[in-house]
Amino acid sequence: MRVLAAMSGGVDSAVAAARMAEAGHDVTGVHLALSRNPQSYRTGARGCCTIEDSRDARRAADVIGIPFYVWDLAERFHADVVEDFVNEYAAGRTPNPCLRCNEKVKFSAVLERALALGFDAVVTGHYARIVDTATGRELHRAVDPAKDQSYVLGVLTQEQLAHAFFPLGDTPKTEIREEAARRGLSVADKPDSHDICFIADGNTPAFLSAQLGEAPGDIVDAQGNKLGEHKGTHGFTVGQRKGLRIGTPAADGKPRFVLDISPVERTVTVGSREELAVTGLTASKPRWCGPAPTAELQATAQLRAHGDEVAVTARLEDDQVHVTFTEPATAVAPGQAVVLYDGTRVIGSATIDSVARVTPQHA
Amino acid sequence: MTSLRPRAVYLDHAATTPMLPAAIEAMTAQLGRTGNASSLHGAGRAARRTVEESRETIAAALGAQPSEVVFTSGGTEADNLALKGLWWARLAEDPRRRRILLSGIEHHAVLDPAVWLGQHEGAQIEWLPVDELGRVRPDDVRRAIACEPESVSFVTVMMANNEVGTLQPVEEIAAIAAEYGIPVHTDAVQAIGQVPVDFAALGVDAMTVSAHKLGGPYGVGALVVHKETKLTAVQHGGGQERDVRSGTLDAPAIAGFAVAVQHSVQDQPGEALRLTGLRDQLINGVLATVDAAKLSGDPVGRLPGNAHLSFGGCEGDSLLLLLDARGIEVSTGSACNAGVAEPSHVLLAMGYDDQRARGSLRFTLGHTSSQTDIDAVLENIGPVVERAQSAGLQNVGRNT
Repeated sequence: MRVLAAMSGGVDSAVAAARMAEAGHDVTGVHLALSRNPQSYRTGARGCCTIEDSRDARRAADVIGIPFYVWDLAERFHADVVEDFVNEYAAGRTPNPCLRCNEKVKFSAVLERALALGFDAVVTGHYARIVDTATGRELHRAVDPAKDQSYVLGVLTQEQLAHAFFPLGDTPKTEIREEAARRGLSVADKPDSHDICFIADGNTPAFLSAQLGEAPGDIVDAQGNKLGEHKGTHGFTVGQRKGLRIGTPAADGKPRFVLDISPVERTVTVGSREELAVTGLTASKPRWCGPAPTAELQATAQLRAHGDEVAVTARLEDDQVHVTFTEPATAVAPGQAVVLYDGTRVIGSATIDSVARVTPQHA
Repeated sequence: MTSLRPRAVYLDHAATTPMLPAAIEAMTAQLGRTGNASSLHGAGRAARRTVEESRETIAAALGAQPSEVVFTSGGTEADNLALKGLWWARLAEDPRRRRILLSGIEHHAVLDPAVWLGQHEGAQIEWLPVDELGRVRPDDVRRAIACEPESVSFVTVMMANNEVGTLQPVEEIAAIAAEYGIPVHTDAVQAIGQVPVDFAALGVDAMTVSAHKLGGPYGVGALVVHKETKLTAVQHGGGQERDVRSGTLDAPAIAGFAVAVQHSVQDQPGEALRLTGLRDQLINGVLATVDAAKLSGDPVGRLPGNAHLSFGGCEGDSLLLLLDARGIEVSTGSACNAGVAEPSHVLLAMGYDDQRARGSLRFTLGHTSSQTDIDAVLENIGPVVERAQSAGLQNVGRNT
C-alpha cells in the first residue's frame, strides 16, 4: 500500500511511519507546516511546526529510509483551526483545536490531497485503534489509557477511517520510546508536546486578549449579584476555578467556579461546585463512526480531552444529540465535544451547545 | 530505502551539478597534502603554488587578472562581500551614496544583503522592474541613475536568472553606469559554463562565481573584483585575500574549482549547443503534451540548460513529489524555509499571479544530461500533471 505518514517531528509519528515501512508499505513522510511564522526552535515542550521540528521529522525519515517533503498548510490551518478557536472563545465557548485540526486538516485537506496524488491512506502517530469488522471500520480507545487520543479522533467518519492508520494504538507510550531508541530515531527522548501548538508560550488568555482585545464586564452570581469585574469573557472556561479574582469571598467560604459565559452581556456567572453540576447536555453537528443511531443509546461519554467517562443515555433528534447523565457531571463546557463510547468503541461525537443544570439559573 | 529508488534522471543542475571527473581528481590529489598557503616553509609554499596556479587558471578562463580573483566560501559569501563591501567603501568616500539599484529577480544571496543594508545601514533600496520575460531594461537603469547619480552607491543585476534562466543585459547596464562612474556587481553563478562570460569585456566591477554550479566542489567560490574597485572587508581575520577576505585558503577545493572553471568554459560553446537542443526538445515536448503548460522566461535569451514551465491548476510541489517517485529530480524553483516552498519572488516580480507561480517547475540540464533524461520526462509528464491537477490547488494554503 502507498501511505503518506504525517510526521510532526515527534517520537510518535516517527515510530508510526517506521512501523508502516517495516510492514512493507511504500511510505512517504510529510511534515505539515502549520505555522505562518515558524520559529527556529521549540520553546520547552510546547508547540510544533518550528524549523527544528521539521528537521527532526526529516532526520527520522532519513533513518527510516523514506522520501520526505514539507507541505505548507499554514493558511488552511489558520482559517480552519486558529480562527475557529478565536471565534469560539469570542462566542463564550471552549473549543478543542486538536479535534478541529484532525477534522479539517489532517483527515480532510491532507487526506484528500494524498488520495488525489495516488496514496491509499494517511498514517499518524495518534494513540487509537482501528478494528476492521464485517460491517466496517471501528475506532477504539488505545490500550494505553493515559495516552488515548480517540477523543480528538471522534469526529472521523467511516470514509476517513477507511483511509487512516494509527499503528501505535496497541502499544504503551513507554514502549514506543524504547522502540524509537532501538530503531535509532533521535527523537526517542524528545518531550511530548502539550497544550496548544499555535500558542508557543502556552499563555492562552494572553493569546486571546491579543486577538480579541479587552471587553470588560461583570462577574456575577447565579442570582445576578455583581461580585467583580473581568477584562473579557474570552478569558474564561466553564468549570474554571483559578484566576477569577473576585474580591469578596463566597458567604459559605467555598470555592467558586465559572458556570456560564455570556459574551453579548459580557457577564461571567460563577457559583459553587454544586451549582456547576449538570444533568445533561444538547450537542449539534454529530459525526457518526458508522450508521447514525436510530434508538436511544446506553453509552459512556467523554466530555473533554483527558476527561473521565460518565454513563449516559443519548438520543438523536433532528441532527441534535440529547445526552442525559446517569449521575450529575461537572465542568461541561459548550464548544467542547461529547464523544460517545460503547466500551472502547467510539460511536460518534458532537459539539456541546448547552447544558441542563441541577440548580436552575437566572442568567 | 531512498538509495534503492531509481535515480537516473537528474534535472536540477542549477541547484548543483555533478563534479567533473577532472575536478575530483585535482581536488583529491590535494587532500592528502599538508600546508597552509600562508605558511612560509616548503609545505606552505606548495599549497600557495596550488592556490596561485588555480587563481591564474580561473582568471584566464574568465577574462580577469589573477589579482582580481578573491576566493570565498561560495556564491553567497561573494555576494555579501560585493554588496556590503561596495556599500561601505562607497559611503566612506561620499556620504550621499545611499541608493542601491537592483532587480527584483536577484537571488536571495543578493536580495537579502541589500535588504539588510536597508534595515541596518540606511541604504535606500530601489527595485529595477523586469518585464514579463524577466528582463531588466537598460533604460530603466539609466533613468534610475540619471535622476540623481551622486546618490547611487552601486547597481547589481545578475547575469542570468537562476529560476527562469533569462539572460540580462549586464554589459549595457555596466556601460551606462560607467558613464556616471557608478560600480556594477553581477552575480554570474548560473551563467559561467553556460554562456560566454568575460569579466573585462562585461565592464563590471565585481562578479560572483560559485564552484559547485559548474562542476567544482561545494564550499568554494570567488568574487572577481576589478583592480581599481575599492571594497571594505566584511569578514575579518588574517586578511588572506587582498585584505578584504580572511580565512585559511582551501587549497584542495580551490584546485578542483580551477579545473572545473577551465573545463566548463572550454566546453561551453559545444555544451551550449548540445543542451539547447535537448532543452528545446523538452520544452516543445511538454508544451505539446500538456495543454495548460506555458514556458516562463525569455524563449530565446535564456540559459541553454534552463526550461521553466508553469502548469495550470496544480501545485509545483505535487508535481515534484510525483516526479521524484518516478526517479525524476526537478525543482519548484525557489529557496525554501523549513522545506516550505514559497511562491517565487522572481515569478511574482514578472507579474505572475500566486497560482501560476505555485504551479511551476524548473528543469535544468547540465553536463551529464542526455536524450534519455528528456525521454523520461516526456514519458511521465502527462500522467503526472493530470494526477497533480486532480489534487488541485484547493487543499493547500493560500488558495483556500
